[in-house]
Amino acid sequence: MATMTSAIPATTDTPARWQDYLQLLKPRVMSLVVFTGATGLVCAKAPIHPLLGAVAVLCIAVGAGASGALNMWYDADIDGQMRRTRGRPVPAGRIQGVEALTMGVILSLLSVMFMGVAVNWLAAGLLAFTIFFYAVVYTMWLKRWTAQNIVIGGLAGALPPVIGWAAAAGEVPLNAWLLCAIIFMWTPAHFWALALYTSEDYEKAGVPMMPVVAGPASTRRQIFIYSLLFAPLCLVPAFTGLGGRVYLAVAATGGLIFVILAWRVWRSRAGDSADPRRDSGLYDVRAGAKDARNLFAFSILYLTLIFATLLAEAVLGLPTFLNLLPGGA
Amino acid sequence: MSEPEAPQDTPAEATSPQPRLMSKAHRGRNIALALGLVAFAILVFLVTVVRLGANVLDRPL
Repeated sequence: MATMTSAIPATTDTPARWQDYLQLLKPRVMSLVVFTGATGLVCAKAPIHPLLGAVAVLCIAVGAGASGALNMWYDADIDGQMRRTRGRPVPAGRIQGVEALTMGVILSLLSVMFMGVAVNWLAAGLLAFTIFFYAVVYTMWLKRWTAQNIVIGGLAGALPPVIGWAAAAGEVPLNAWLLCAIIFMWTPAHFWALALYTSEDYEKAGVPMMPVVAGPASTRRQIFIYSLLFAPLCLVPAFTGLGGRVYLAVAATGGLIFVILAWRVWRSRAGDSADPRRDSGLYDVRAGAKDARNLFAFSILYLTLIFATLLAEAVLGLPTFLNLLPGGA
Repeated sequence: MSEPEAPQDTPAEATSPQPRLMSKAHRGRNIALALGLVAFAILVFLVTVVRLGANVLDRPL
């Protein structure tokens, strides 16, 4: 259980507004999950009624939101100690922890049951597993226990395209798991780049993020190694009948930039010294951490671009790269 | 009836913005919840029509 420390104030005089309850659902995370889930659903190229497709995406979004609420309930103590998260509704005292817990449980049950009844039970089972993995395995166990927390926990963020694919096709072939693998391999470089310039917060809150446990130099090296694995993996969909020419061009160009930025992080001193601007904006960084900031920002852009390209190619019915090769189907 | 009436605490509360804020926040939350429930009911109805519609028409008479 989370230890509820003095970091969590009693409820404030400010009444909770509906926007605070919406914030419990982590709408920014939800939007990424909706995007990747919809990409999986469309790339399956299976006949599904548009309304049921929309319901599937809605269930994925609500399930992700429920995970976020459960995360905010459990992590309220450490959220209150980090400047990135101390304004969240529970640590700020606008919403009680038990309300976040109740909302998380109800929305979890609702999203899974509705997915099962309206779409199919394979997608519902995968959604239930994803919520469980994020709320219990990652939040309650991995996050406070190991420096590999976001590596293993990244599976929860990587599963939405698989759920979307299962919703449309009723099965999960290798191409669906390939999308999952791409997000999974993207996660370490993305989060460790962020952690390099927010490690003080994590250290203060007692969260064993990689820069806190292994140090910035080791983290920078691991970011580069993961980027060397991640960039080639992004090319694979072009050779498995998933992506087309445009996808291959975007993945190759972006992957090259990703590796260059990761190399620059490796050679930089990002995370080496304490940030003197304790209360500056989260994304204001020192010159030494600029390379980490650049990689963090580009990682978001790159993942968005490759999924958007896959989505656009599937919607427009463009031929896959395999079909364009001599003798292609 | 010459005794002065005991001062009531309502004037102080009435001038405070807090009850108004609370009321406004409650109203906003109730409206959001109501809209959510109505949307959910409509969605369940539409999904039922989509899932059962063809089967209902196809059943043997």
